[in-house]
Amino acid sequence: MPPSSNRPLSPHLQIYRLPLTGLVSITHRVTGVLLVFGLALLIWQLIAVSAGEQPYLAMQAWLALWPLQLIYWGFVYALMFHLCHGVRHLVWDAGFGFERDHLNRLALAEPVCALLLTIIAFFAL
Amino acid sequence: MAEFTLPKNSVVTKGREFPAPDNATHTRRFEVYRWAPEAGENPRVDVFHLDMEDCGPMVLDAIIKIKNEIDSSLTFRRSCREGVCGSCAMNINGRNSLACTKAVADYTGSIKIFPLPHLQVVKDLVPDMTHFYAQYASIKPWLEAQTPAPADSERLQSHADRAKLDGLYDCVLCACCSTSCPSYWWNSERYLGPAVLLQAYRWLVDSRDENSGERLDDLEDPFKLYRCHTIMNCTDTCPKDLNPAKAIAEIKKLLVQRQHG
Repeated sequence: MPPSSNRPLSPHLQIYRLPLTGLVSITHRVTGVLLVFGLALLIWQLIAVSAGEQPYLAMQAWLALWPLQLIYWGFVYALMFHLCHGVRHLVWDAGFGFERDHLNRLALAEPVCALLLTIIAFFAL
Repeated sequence: MAEFTLPKNSVVTKGREFPAPDNATHTRRFEVYRWAPEAGENPRVDVFHLDMEDCGPMVLDAIIKIKNEIDSSLTFRRSCREGVCGSCAMNINGRNSLACTKAVADYTGSIKIFPLPHLQVVKDLVPDMTHFYAQYASIKPWLEAQTPAPADSERLQSHADRAKLDGLYDCVLCACCSTSCPSYWWNSERYLGPAVLLQAYRWLVDSRDENSGERLDDLEDPFKLYRCHTIMNCTDTCPKDLNPAKAIAEIKKLLVQRQHG
């Protein structure tokens, strides 16, 4: 039977319940995109630092505002998460870490590790 | 290119509702995807209330009951009813599986049954698998050897070599894994998908096969193989507890080893 053109496409994203492994995978991509925007923030900081005392103080004052603090630490968390999943990709590419029993536990470890690293960064600064 | 929404003709609408018999004591609600080519309508979701006191334990039993007693036009594939044939693969409550191996009692609330995701629907729960099978044929799923077989015996394997096929030959090609994979949803024209790649690996590690060089040449392609981004939906959803993601990683490893061996 030739495929008829009016055949519908079965639902996919609309119905699929992503497992935790799938959720961290898409989060890796999303954080990757967000980090590009975060980079602009970082560059703004560097420019302010190199531009002398007044722009530096102005930048400091801006960054002290809580919405910018939130974005800033959100950026750090995204960076740490992206790093953790990146490390996992390296382990996978070496052929390890595919055991079915560990998959979800390791996937959960990523956001937790990212949070710990963010907290460490918070107190280290 | 990734299309995150459904085309206009594929948007699912509300369907009919069939109540349970009046004397039912233990009812369960089933939402089932319906589409028939002759109706000229969009797909819909029908709701069936079944009396589980009068129904087998598995999800497949429930849809067979619907077909036998409520709506004989309900269309689905099934055969062995014990997880061996791979026919009754479908999406049950958001995960792909074989309806015959999933117990109704293991789910809470309403049970939502859809065809395998991101495929053309032939009717109801029957998707078009033509492309999937063509991709399977493309990896030459048979033994290729130049040396003639021994005159007085089969091509023998050591126990260790035979063991390498465990977890690979068990695949029943139900396509649960491939149709759970977002990479396969967006790139199925060119990406082979987890099921076919697992089969490709099955022939790569077969000690009797002598064509692994050519097999690897065929797979070394940014789309055929490298669209796998270790999302892991395949391994998560496999109803036979196999590990397609690992098999894909092993193929990638073989390619690296070949380059730097």
